[in-house]
Amino acid sequence: MNAHPAVGLPATQVRRAAPPPRWRAFAARIRRNAIGSTGAVIILATLACALLGPLAWRTDYASQASRRLMAPSAAHPLGTDELGRDELSRIVHGTQVSLQVGIISVVIALVSGTVTGVAAGFYGGAVDAVLMRAVDIMFAFPGLVLAIVIAGLLGPSRTNAMVAIGIVYAPAFARVVRGSTLGVLGLPYVEAARSLGISDARIVRRHLLPNIMAPLIVLTTVYLSTAILTEAALSFLGLGTQPPEPSWGSMLNAARSYMERAPWLAVAPGLAIMIVVLGFNFLGDGLRDVLDPQLRDA
Amino acid sequence: MARYALRRLLFVVPTLFGMSILIFAMVRLLPGDVVDAMFTGEAGAAATAKQAIRKALGLTDPLPVQYIRFVGGVATGALGQSLTSGERVSAIMARALPITVELAALAAVTATAAGVPLGVLSAVRPNTAVDLAARVGGLIGLSVPNFWFATLALLATSVFLHWTPPVTWIPPWRDLPANLAQMAIPALAIGVYLMATVMRMTRATMLEVLRQDYIRTALAKGAASRAVLFRHALRNALIPVITVIGFQVGTLIGGATIVEVIFGLPGMGYTLVQAIFARDYTVIEVAALLLALVFVLLNLAVDVLYGLLDPRIEQA
Repeated sequence: MNAHPAVGLPATQVRRAAPPPRWRAFAARIRRNAIGSTGAVIILATLACALLGPLAWRTDYASQASRRLMAPSAAHPLGTDELGRDELSRIVHGTQVSLQVGIISVVIALVSGTVTGVAAGFYGGAVDAVLMRAVDIMFAFPGLVLAIVIAGLLGPSRTNAMVAIGIVYAPAFARVVRGSTLGVLGLPYVEAARSLGISDARIVRRHLLPNIMAPLIVLTTVYLSTAILTEAALSFLGLGTQPPEPSWGSMLNAARSYMERAPWLAVAPGLAIMIVVLGFNFLGDGLRDVLDPQLRDA
Repeated sequence: MARYALRRLLFVVPTLFGMSILIFAMVRLLPGDVVDAMFTGEAGAAATAKQAIRKALGLTDPLPVQYIRFVGGVATGALGQSLTSGERVSAIMARALPITVELAALAAVTATAAGVPLGVLSAVRPNTAVDLAARVGGLIGLSVPNFWFATLALLATSVFLHWTPPVTWIPPWRDLPANLAQMAIPALAIGVYLMATVMRMTRATMLEVLRQDYIRTALAKGAASRAVLFRHALRNALIPVITVIGFQVGTLIGGATIVEVIFGLPGMGYTLVQAIFARDYTVIEVAALLLALVFVLLNLAVDVLYGLLDPRIEQA
């Protein structure tokens, strides 16, 4: 966002005031928002679990050294699975998998959706018509169904699941970005920038993108939860992360065969999915209240 | 209104056309085909044998020819045969579609019946314990994976009630009570998300509507608060709620897909997932197109309903 100072503009334009501590007021508002701050705490705890968990709980998630389907005990707080692997270490490793898939697929959706939406809103006319019809057609598919078709046809793997989820949710970003872009482009400061002869690229970078950030941040948070749920669903169906790598969805699917003997195996992965998704939903709700009151009911 | 509905209905045709291109492109351009899937694990399968099967199935024809065959088949109702079982695709769809439609409909009805009252309750008591419980409960409802809910419900009923779902689907026209008993848990599992969405939307719009002048006027003229709540507020608040239900039909269909797999219900989603694993092109194409068509038509129905409920829309 920060332009290079040496672009030959008059000094008044180049000089920047020290950034006001807006984020501090923002953080204070999030803290006062009970639901939003609960979400932030859950997400921070999840990140800590993904990054530090493997250091704190050192049992190897792939080791099949223990007895199979053991009930929770001190040595295995969440028991062992059908191959004698420690369930807790697999849940901890699954946190990394879930967050990785969620973040990468949302980045794919965010980048491609933003490029599409800005192009459609900025250029209008035929570009807008073609891009938005394509978006409409993709919207005509139930999201999970499209993800299942793409991931299934690309071949079951974690990378393909990320690609599939990214493609499926890109249109949502494109629509919101296009709407916000049209809103911002109608404002006087954009007209002023245009009349000063500022290039399109610079208008997009300096005037447009910073001003559509609020809905984008909210949307990103919400879709992080959707993407994690979708990855779990794909893995549950065998279309996502493949064994032996642990993913919460595939762990839950495997647990179904042993439900009578080891019901705890069906509880932990689902609970993990729910907590992380809940965290992002809480955070998204809080961010929406703070950042974007107009989106509150959406 | 009829003209509006007709115009919207005509607009479905190009959408359907675009969807057919997208589906066809995905199915044919992505790697692997039905013959590869058939010969999985048989590394020594002769390439010539594979090629002969491909030719017999029409997979060696140029892509435009295959696309026209697909679209022509959809237009004339001649949907062809499953590449793996040889069964007519129309027969497979006729078997699968009622299951998915019933699941989604039951889920939608349950979700609305529970979500609207909860939302109203939350809105008329804002910032109380009831409201907070409803808001947090709503967010939890949005976060529970439906396949987890379904798994746990299955576990609970088998452990506590010693009830396991029947292995085959019982059509409602044959034995309605047995059918509802079989569909209750799957429908609830799918409906939780929608219930939470409906609750949140009802709460939000009720809060909005209750602030309006005409509510104050109604109360000022001495109308009973119950009458104001239901006749003036809820009727207006429900309009956006209906839109949201329409938007969420896709989630219902997606949810049905995965829950069908768990309960072994041979609906559209189950059929689609099986066909994808087998690379059964004809079934994938028709199933995906049909699911999308159902989704588009339901959205259209919601739009028309919206216009009927809110006369302001028609002029726009």
